[in-house]
Amino acid sequence: MNAVVLDHITKTYEAGKVLAVDDVSLEVAAGELFGLIGPDGAGKTSIFRILTTLLLPDKGAASVNGRDCVKDYKAIRRSVGYMPGRFSLYQDLTVAENLHFFATLFGTTIEANYDLIRDIYEQIKPFSDRRAGKLSGGMKQKLALCCALVHKPEVLFLDEPTTGVDAVSRKEFWEMLRTLKQQGITIVVSTPYMDEAVLCERIALIQGGKIMSVDTPANVIATFPVKLYAVKAANIYRLLTSLREDTAIDSCYAFGEYVHVTFRDDAEPDLQQWQQKLTAQGHEQVEAKKISPSIEDSFIRLMNEKQNGQP
Amino acid sequence: MRMLRFILKKEFRQIFRDKTILAMMLVMPTVQLIILPLAMNFDVKNVNVAVVDNDHSSWSQQLINKIGASGYFRIVAAAPSFREALEYIEREQADVVLEIPPGFERNLVREGEQHIGVSVDAINGTKAALGGSYLLTVIADFNQHIRLNERGKPVPGKGVNIGITYSNWYNPLAEYRFYVVPAVMVLLLTLIAGFLSALNIVREKEMGTIEQINVTPIKKWQFILGKLIPFWVVGMVVFTLALTVERVVYGIWPVGSFALLYLFAAVYLVALLGFGLLVSTYTDSQLQAMFVAFFFVMIFMLMSGLFTAVDSMPGWAQDIAALTPVTHFVKVVRMIVLKGSTFADVQKEFLYLVAFAVVLNSWAIWNYRKTS
Repeated sequence: MNAVVLDHITKTYEAGKVLAVDDVSLEVAAGELFGLIGPDGAGKTSIFRILTTLLLPDKGAASVNGRDCVKDYKAIRRSVGYMPGRFSLYQDLTVAENLHFFATLFGTTIEANYDLIRDIYEQIKPFSDRRAGKLSGGMKQKLALCCALVHKPEVLFLDEPTTGVDAVSRKEFWEMLRTLKQQGITIVVSTPYMDEAVLCERIALIQGGKIMSVDTPANVIATFPVKLYAVKAANIYRLLTSLREDTAIDSCYAFGEYVHVTFRDDAEPDLQQWQQKLTAQGHEQVEAKKISPSIEDSFIRLMNEKQNGQP
Repeated sequence: MRMLRFILKKEFRQIFRDKTILAMMLVMPTVQLIILPLAMNFDVKNVNVAVVDNDHSSWSQQLINKIGASGYFRIVAAAPSFREALEYIEREQADVVLEIPPGFERNLVREGEQHIGVSVDAINGTKAALGGSYLLTVIADFNQHIRLNERGKPVPGKGVNIGITYSNWYNPLAEYRFYVVPAVMVLLLTLIAGFLSALNIVREKEMGTIEQINVTPIKKWQFILGKLIPFWVVGMVVFTLALTVERVVYGIWPVGSFALLYLFAAVYLVALLGFGLLVSTYTDSQLQAMFVAFFFVMIFMLMSGLFTAVDSMPGWAQDIAALTPVTHFVKVVRMIVLKGSTFADVQKEFLYLVAFAVVLNSWAIWNYRKTS
C-alpha cells in the first residue's frame, strides 16, 4: 500500500491569485525515504501542510496511510510526525519538558517509544535541563526530530530539516533518517539542497508548484538526455558571455568554478578544438572536459524545458 | 481531562518561568492601587483667586476674608484693575478673578443690591465649574449674612429662605478615593486578563509552536481552556491582592458579601479572557494583538464609567458603554463594596456579564481554527 498519495492536488492563496501547488499527483510507498527537491517557494511546504491536515487543498484528494487528509484528519494527526521548517517547540521549556509534553499530548510516554528515539536523544541528553531556545541549531533539529518521533508515527514529514544546519550536522541528520527508515517508518523529506537528493530512495523534482520528475536519483541522472561538458577559464563571466553567443550551444550555466554546457542535437565536439577556439577568442587557462550530470543539472534542464515549453 | 491537565501544567510552567510577566502581575496591582487613587483626585481644592477690590470698604474686605477662609480658595493676588487681574489667568497663576465694583458697600446698604463679577478660566472644565460654583456658594452665604446684620431680622415679603442640609450616602465624606479605588481594581483586572490572554495564543502563532500543536490530537476546547484557566487563576489572585491593598492602605472593606463580589469577578474574568482570546484569533503577531487590545481597553476605560459617570454621557455614548463588560462590572463593584448591594440588586448586571462571557468565548472558539 502507498503510505502517501496525492491525487491532482491544487492549492492557491489570496483568493486564487497565487498558485502554490499546481495539479500535483504523487505516491510514496510504505517504508520509503522520499525526497521533495525544489528551490524556495516551489510549493514544498504547502504540500506538507496539506498532508499534515493543516491546510485544505482547493482541488484534488490526498491521503496518508489510506486515510483522507480532509475527512480523517483526526486519525492522521494521531499517526504522523511533523517537523515544520521553522523550529516550533517551546523555547522557554527545557529539552526534557518539551519532549515530555509532546509525548503526553499523544497519550504516550518517552519510555514507551524510547527505542525509536534513543540514538538521537542520547546526543542531546546532556542538555536535557537546558531551555530549547538556548540550544544550537543542530541540537534544536535533533530535539524537534525526537518530538516528532516520540509517539512512534507511521509516517514522518520533515520540512527542510537541514536548512540552516552546518555540514557535519546535516550529514549526521541523514544518517539518522536512514536508521529510522530501517525501523519501518515512511519518511517524506523536503530540501532545497540538490546534493541531498541522492540520499533519498526516490525523489520528486518540484518547481513553481509543479512536479517535473519523480524517480530514483540514479534514474533522474540516467535519463539526462544529452552529453554534458564542463569548461572553465580565468574569467568565468567573459567565458559565459561568449558561450551564450555560440549558436551550437543549447544551454550553459555557471556551476561552481565551471560552466556546464550542452550542445544542440547532442553534437559531440572535439574538446581539443573547442579549447583552442575559446583560447583564440581571448580566454585564458581554458579547460574543458566531459562530465556526468548531477541532480542539479537534471533540475536545471527540466526547469528550462518547462520554461521554454510555456513561455 | 488528562490531556487538559498536561496542557495546564505546561501553561503554568511557562507563566512562572517568565519572571518579568510574573513580577508585573503582582507588582502592578499593588503599586497602581497605592499610587493612582492618591494621585487621581477630583475634589477641587486650591482654586487660585485674583481679587480686584475697587471698593476698599470694610464689607468688601469681609467678603474677601470669607472667601480666603473657606478652605477651597487661595487668594493669590489683589490686582488694582480687572485687566491686570486677567493677566494672572493668562499666566495660569489664577483660576478665578473676582471683581468687586466701586460703591459695593454703599449700594448694598442703600439699594440692598449689588452685582459682582466672577471670571473663570475654563480650560480645566471640572475645576472651573466646581470652583465657580463653590465661589457662588460662599458669596450667597455672605449675602445671607449681610441681610441679617443690616435688618436684624428677616423682612416679611423679602422671601423665605430654604435651608439645605447635605448628607452623603454610602460615602459620608464624599471622598473621591471611595469612587476611584474600586475603579482602579477593575482596571487592573481588565489589563491583566485582557492583555495577557490576547498575547498568549498569538505568541504561539508568532513562535510557530501552534503549527506543532495543531498536528497533535489535542482538541480545540482543550487548547483554549488550557489558555483560559491559568489566566483566570492569576486574575483571581490579583483580585484578592487588590482587595487586600484596599483594606490595608485605604481601609475600604466591602460592605456587601464577599461571595457575591468573587462570583462577579469570576464571571467578569471569563468574559475578559474571552475578549483576549478573540483578539488573538484575529491577529498574527504580538504587536498587532497589543494594538488591537489596547484600542478596545482604552475605550473600555474611558467609556465604562471608571472615572466619569456613564449617566452624564450623551445617549449614544451610554449605548456604547452598555456594550462593554467593564461598565457593568465597575458598577457592580461599587455597589457591592460601597453600598452592600445584594444579588437581587445586581441581577441585571450579572446577566449582562454572563452574556458577554458566553458570546465572546463562543466567538473566539468559533474563530480559532486548526486548519486554514
